[in-house]
Amino acid sequence: MAEATAEYKVIGTRPIRPDGADKVTGRAIYGGDMRLTGMLHGKVLRSPHAHARIKSINTAKAEALPGVKAVVTAQDFPVAEDRIANLGEMAVNVKLLSNNVIAVDKVLYKGHALAAVAATSSHIAEEALGLIEVEYEVLPAVLNVLDAMKEEAPLLHEHLTTTELGQKTDKRSNIANHMRFTLGDPAQGFRDADIVIERDFDTATVHQGYIEPHNATALWNEDGHLYLWTSTQGAFVVQRQTAEILGLSVSKVSVTPCEIGGGFGGKIAVYLEPVAAVLSRKSGRPVKLIMSRIEEFEATGPTPASHIKVKMGVKKDGQIVAAEASLMYEAGAFPGSPVGAGCMCIFSPYAIPNMQVDGYDVVVNKPKTAAYRAPGATNAAFASETVIDELAEKLGLDPLDMRRLNGAKEGDRRVDGPTFPRIGYMETVHAALEHEHYASPLHGPNRGRGVASGFWFNVGFQSTVVINVNADGTVSLVEGSTDIGGTRASIAMQAAETLGIPYEDVRPTVAGTDGIGFTDVTGGSRTTFATGYAAHEASLDVLRQMKERLARRWDSEVEKEFEGQAERASVQITPDDVLYASGVFKCAKDPSKTMTFKDVSAQMARMGGPITGRATSQPRGIGGAFATHIVDVEVDPETGKVAILRYTAIQDVGRAIHPSYAEGQIQGGAVQGIGWALNEEYVYNTTGNMANTSFLDYRMPTTLDLPMIDTVLVEVPNPGHPYGVRGVGEVPIVPPVAAVANAIYRATGKRMTQAPMSPGYILSKLNE
Amino acid sequence: MPKVHVQTRINGEEIDFLCETRQSLLEILRDELGLTGTKEGCSNGNCGACSVLLDGVLVDSCLVLAVETAGKDVSTIEGLATPSQLHPLQQKFLEHAALQCGICTPGFIMAAKALLAKNPKPTEHEVRYWLAGNLCRCTGYDKIIRAVLDAAAVMEKA
Amino acid sequence: MAIVFLSAMLQPLTGGVSQVRVAGRTIRTVINHLEERFPGMKERLLQDGDLRPDIAVAIDGELALDGLAESVGEESEVHFIPPISGG
Repeated sequence: MAEATAEYKVIGTRPIRPDGADKVTGRAIYGGDMRLTGMLHGKVLRSPHAHARIKSINTAKAEALPGVKAVVTAQDFPVAEDRIANLGEMAVNVKLLSNNVIAVDKVLYKGHALAAVAATSSHIAEEALGLIEVEYEVLPAVLNVLDAMKEEAPLLHEHLTTTELGQKTDKRSNIANHMRFTLGDPAQGFRDADIVIERDFDTATVHQGYIEPHNATALWNEDGHLYLWTSTQGAFVVQRQTAEILGLSVSKVSVTPCEIGGGFGGKIAVYLEPVAAVLSRKSGRPVKLIMSRIEEFEATGPTPASHIKVKMGVKKDGQIVAAEASLMYEAGAFPGSPVGAGCMCIFSPYAIPNMQVDGYDVVVNKPKTAAYRAPGATNAAFASETVIDELAEKLGLDPLDMRRLNGAKEGDRRVDGPTFPRIGYMETVHAALEHEHYASPLHGPNRGRGVASGFWFNVGFQSTVVINVNADGTVSLVEGSTDIGGTRASIAMQAAETLGIPYEDVRPTVAGTDGIGFTDVTGGSRTTFATGYAAHEASLDVLRQMKERLARRWDSEVEKEFEGQAERASVQITPDDVLYASGVFKCAKDPSKTMTFKDVSAQMARMGGPITGRATSQPRGIGGAFATHIVDVEVDPETGKVAILRYTAIQDVGRAIHPSYAEGQIQGGAVQGIGWALNEEYVYNTTGNMANTSFLDYRMPTTLDLPMIDTVLVEVPNPGHPYGVRGVGEVPIVPPVAAVANAIYRATGKRMTQAPMSPGYILSKLNE
Repeated sequence: MPKVHVQTRINGEEIDFLCETRQSLLEILRDELGLTGTKEGCSNGNCGACSVLLDGVLVDSCLVLAVETAGKDVSTIEGLATPSQLHPLQQKFLEHAALQCGICTPGFIMAAKALLAKNPKPTEHEVRYWLAGNLCRCTGYDKIIRAVLDAAAVMEKA
Repeated sequence: MAIVFLSAMLQPLTGGVSQVRVAGRTIRTVINHLEERFPGMKERLLQDGDLRPDIAVAIDGELALDGLAESVGEESEVHFIPPISGG
């Protein structure tokens, strides 16, 4: 058990999470566990074709099946407006969001929803799907980014034209957006370089792979109010998006976030909620929908496949003088891939004076992509970190030294323009250079060690926290951040620290849209940072109120002793005279006057009434996160299989509130990256069907594929947060693919330019 | 589809239920009996979230038909803790922060329980081998392995 | 006067000018002055009287949170960048 540092009593310790007993006993209610009286089970009919026009849908036979209580299609939804709205983390086009939830005239990927059934059992609902008759006009599909960008490619959308460098054009195309960022003079930079390397990379579609499928339970009451229960990263996002799609005021939509079995960015946009709602209204009963694993792969939001070109130039002394990249990302069926973030991250760990990065957001007949932990950055880092590794080799430099020479520091400029504030990248490089793993010998054939770095912005966004003081001196903390990885604990710990009370005296609750003020998603590496910030501010609000009451009480006691005298003013006790430390309030003007937090709580009713502290936060001072990873691999030359021998993930975490959960984020992200590196991909056949829609063949790492994952929490406190917190959740997934690729190179002598580096690919490279 | 009357024992208690022959044990546990501690992740035997013990044998309940449990003993996560105390595996999972979202946790705990019943002093490799049928996407497994090894040590002493 | 950086995506409007000093104590007035210098800038940056949803403003490296009302310092650096979310 870690001890608190000299500085803090609670922060830095490793208490048990408040929802722990519920989760290890199976009592915690996840979305799929929801049960309501009279509840029906829903199933969604999905397109068998990657690209087709819907000519007709006939639901009569399905409606007639005994046990079926409602069948819906796009006809049961309002016509969505073609406009951009701020409905969650990102700006979203309402029409496109709605069309993804239920197809109107075209289906744009295999698995695209076009109808749904609610019945008394899930088996009957499934049978009913088979009775819905749909006439399709199958259209040619486009299944990869380079094909989609060609002049002659089939177009997915009637009205999609390219936005070229910020300007909308008339050119109909699958290229939704071409963006560009420049700094300095890359052409001159390359002329000045002694060595220039240019490489192309390809990555495949990858899924977040959360173990819990999407779910939604809806009750659209006779009074017109819509209640939703769902496993989501953001109840308010579900509320806003569902309200927009259904044409309701948000005041008519109440969302209760259930416990959630993983999200990683994939449980932000709505898929099932509006469908469940409409089925509920039509049937007059609550309706629950749960996706099957096949639906998860085919019809939620994986991360883009991509084609990336990177060109970098260095001088003999190791200074990178120029860098260029072209990132082509598959957005899936609707525009909106995270290619912008990829562009802004790709060279961010380095101080490079001349850069140009182009990004292309391209639609293809695959499910619409969604965020996956540092969205867009992993693909980019695979490309750039591999090229940097090759440059280091050509220069005869140790790859970490290469990073030390060029690493970004406070004041260095990113390609998108802003300069870095206080950051901790160099600290991670130094920690890697000094780590025992890096110094340890790696003996044996077919073994290699690779390193890579990564950057992610992290976000701040909005949170609300309310703290209610109980009469026994404990507090109830109400917040709106669904607890996916231990944030009830990390938020409660910050409140306990500020309030000066034990961690066990803070009882956190996650509330839904009816119970707490607006709170953005649990994601974006923001929760411990921004909701913790609000918890801290709400705690200060509690203390401020207690100080006001104590000042009044103590001042009234002084009144009795000094009636009518001139010295009254100088002995008057104001809230500024009330000091607080370690659970005790003390009067600065009269140290004999003290009262504990517990005593003030016990006397609330006689000192002004209930005490509720509240705060909203939308913090600035985010800073961004950096990571450097070291991995040792062994490649089997006969099978192409790669074994991970040892893995060390080093990250600047600002300050680890609960070190176990900070470590957990790093370990989890690193392992997702390992899966991305070695095996995970959507394997498509030629008609646009994903051939590996199960965990058997969509191969995520198991216990047997991995060693222990060592973590190093470098603490460069973030000046923008009262406890120095930097978001930790996302950057761990950025370096692993490149680190593994660089390790495989050292083990085999072959550069990897394709992810995943699955056995078949490695064998093909070995046999080149 | 007509229903079958099944009599079985779940967590030591005599339980009977009606089910269609096509319904899995997972479905009956969760939807019929309200024992939602056993989770559904994939319903085709590839993630282990639905792990239970059937006559002491570790199985994926999504691959067992409910009718197959007639006359047998089923152990689920709900049967582990006593009214006043968590099972050592549950306690160690909490101490080691071996869960983040927690959806895979009941399955892992049941699988670990089955392992330790067979092999009370497993090595790290043996633990990894035994638990390879349970997928976790949040933790990278490191803390899960440590929790199981620690629980084994505690249970050995007891 | 603050320095406004004009990205590759705004340069078609500026004839290649990548940095310009602009007066204005808020983003609103900065954009108004930009429009005077480079006509068409407002249409690129604004929608319905507010910043376009697909544009964020960073001032001295910090994301602006008050939209057009965000204050701009005498020596501030202003960047228009795509908004970032997360996963």
